[in-house]
Amino acid sequence: MATATTMLPASGSNGLQRFGLWARANLFNSVGNSIITVLFGALALWVAWSIFKWGVIDAVFVAPNMRACQTAGTGACWAFVGEKWRFILFGRYPYEEQWRTAIVLVLLFGMTGASFVPKLWRRETAYAWVAVLIISGVLMWGGVLGLVPVESDLWSGLPLTMILSLLSMIFGFILAVFLALGRRSNLPVVKLICTAFIEIMRGVPLITILFMASLMLPLFLPPGFSVSKVLRALIAITMFLAAYQAEDIRAGLMALPKGQFEAADALGLSYWRKTKSIVLPQAITIVIPPLVGNLIGNFKNTSLVSIISLLDLMNTTQVALVDPNWRGLTSEAYLFLGAIYFVACFAMSRYSQWLEVLLNKGKRR
Amino acid sequence: MKRILASAVLTLALGTAATAEAGQTLDNIKSKGVLTCGVNDKTAGFGAADSAGKYAGLDIDVCRAVATAILGSPDKIKFVPLSAPQRFTALQSGEVDILSRNTTWTLGREAQLGLLFGPTVFYDGQGFLVKKSANIKSAKQLSGATVCVQPGTTTELNLADYFRANKLELKPVVIENLDEVENAFFTGRCDAYTTDSSGLASTRVSKAPKPDDYVILPELISKEPLAPAVRQGDDQFYDIMRWSVFALLQAEEKGITSKNVDAMLKSDDPDIKRFLGVTEGNGKSLGVDEKWAYNIIKNVGNYGEIFERNVGKGSPLKLERGLNDLWTTGGLMYAPPAR
Repeated sequence: MATATTMLPASGSNGLQRFGLWARANLFNSVGNSIITVLFGALALWVAWSIFKWGVIDAVFVAPNMRACQTAGTGACWAFVGEKWRFILFGRYPYEEQWRTAIVLVLLFGMTGASFVPKLWRRETAYAWVAVLIISGVLMWGGVLGLVPVESDLWSGLPLTMILSLLSMIFGFILAVFLALGRRSNLPVVKLICTAFIEIMRGVPLITILFMASLMLPLFLPPGFSVSKVLRALIAITMFLAAYQAEDIRAGLMALPKGQFEAADALGLSYWRKTKSIVLPQAITIVIPPLVGNLIGNFKNTSLVSIISLLDLMNTTQVALVDPNWRGLTSEAYLFLGAIYFVACFAMSRYSQWLEVLLNKGKRR
Repeated sequence: MKRILASAVLTLALGTAATAEAGQTLDNIKSKGVLTCGVNDKTAGFGAADSAGKYAGLDIDVCRAVATAILGSPDKIKFVPLSAPQRFTALQSGEVDILSRNTTWTLGREAQLGLLFGPTVFYDGQGFLVKKSANIKSAKQLSGATVCVQPGTTTELNLADYFRANKLELKPVVIENLDEVENAFFTGRCDAYTTDSSGLASTRVSKAPKPDDYVILPELISKEPLAPAVRQGDDQFYDIMRWSVFALLQAEEKGITSKNVDAMLKSDDPDIKRFLGVTEGNGKSLGVDEKWAYNIIKNVGNYGEIFERNVGKGSPLKLERGLNDLWTTGGLMYAPPAR
């Protein structure tokens, strides 16, 4: 590296040299900074090494139970995940029938992925969604085509998390558009209802709404008449998400230049035609980042249904942890759980950044 | 505030449920062909799911016994996992027919919430776990000791009451999360750890670095009789629930197990004959099949079998029978005569 120091800063031809120069300019530009860099560098290395040692070198990958894990190694006990992954992912769904939920997962993930591709934003994709949702429903419930019927109470794990997030996303968005339009409406009653709904939903924590749906609702229903817990939770989450998304969309509506509305009126377009062709496409494009932020939040919010004993991904992990043969392996379990949530949320977030750039191409100056 | 809200909710529950469901529970169960049972899914040994997602535990088996008595099969049952705040409203609103979820039988719950508790299926009580090397023989020696405890339950209040009543000095270390509170104790942050003795035993066996280094002190500072409950208004269903549990005890007392129950059908003992339905009468009185007790024991086992496989020697928890032994062997488990 002796030659590197004699070179001019901008001409660093390979990455290492450039990094060396950058480090000298930013990390070692004074004695104090050098000391801090070395100290924190060592600390970071030590932490990284400890995690690596715990998670890989000293880890136990195959063991019959937690005690065996402890004697076999001092690190992480990934045998726990090996034993429980099926329960964590699929929960109480009948063991022999779990292939059905696996197919549903693949379908839903595939469809979500396909919907990410702008070329596929066509009417056919919407039809495909309807088909996928119907197929998923058939697979999950069963009872037809020789499939064993499975009550929605037994839906759990990742499929439940996916179903709750996707359906609340779809219905929530549709509801949100109408709420946003309603709140900007000239009709006083519509405006009042929409405003009240949005403000009440936004003024209450999701957990309260979930508790209402799960504890209070059954008390007011006639005996023998019950709405499944999954549906109750889905409605609660949908209403909650819709209120937040409505406000995002309203922001988009307000950000739209007045000239756009006036031009549409001048062309003699009806209210719905104007809204559908001129207003909404532009308004929604503006607010994609907050909308996706809401969706990510919503995906994580579905874990709150574990409070009302629905076995979503979060709750199946907690239940897996109480097995006396596998006690105390919280770090491993929550790392596994965190990895699943992270992959999903990170993908959504990166996608929205990419989408934003794509849709704003015309506006960049 | 919490309490006011809770009682408001429960008053509502009482008002609507009591009028609507009177006397119909048993008919509903029979017409649906399934018993809906509210359970815990997060307490090992009492109610928890195995790796294949099947529920197992002492409370689960109690439900299975009741389902067998009414419907003839331990599988005609729908389990509804309930969290602690959900459990009573779920029972009141008719979402579940029976609550078998390690619930302590108290006056308030029975009278104020309009419930009926069945026989106690597990006698629990709050105790202390200490290091053997500390050489503590009695809870009375714990003055000035730091005690690890989870907040928010009666556990914390019982602890304070006990120390005050015995004029001991208390230094509680309050930690919310179960794993953290256990870690705190085993890493030496506290001298003692207190919770229900069944919990202590399972902690000692499954979490302690060396289980033999720790002892549970003899004092129990609270009474926690865990019992199944149904809502008031259907006495026949209540009777069946009660006697299904008594049948488990009666069978153990008479030495009838799931393995020898078929041979026992030929027994000459008139008690056993009546019990297993060889001499008819009991089933008719209860309004169930004459073979009800036979079916329960054949499919679920007697109380001793249930205890051993879920929380006793045959389980990872390794609990002693203690108070939960039969009255004939020094415990509290006693069934009235089935005749």
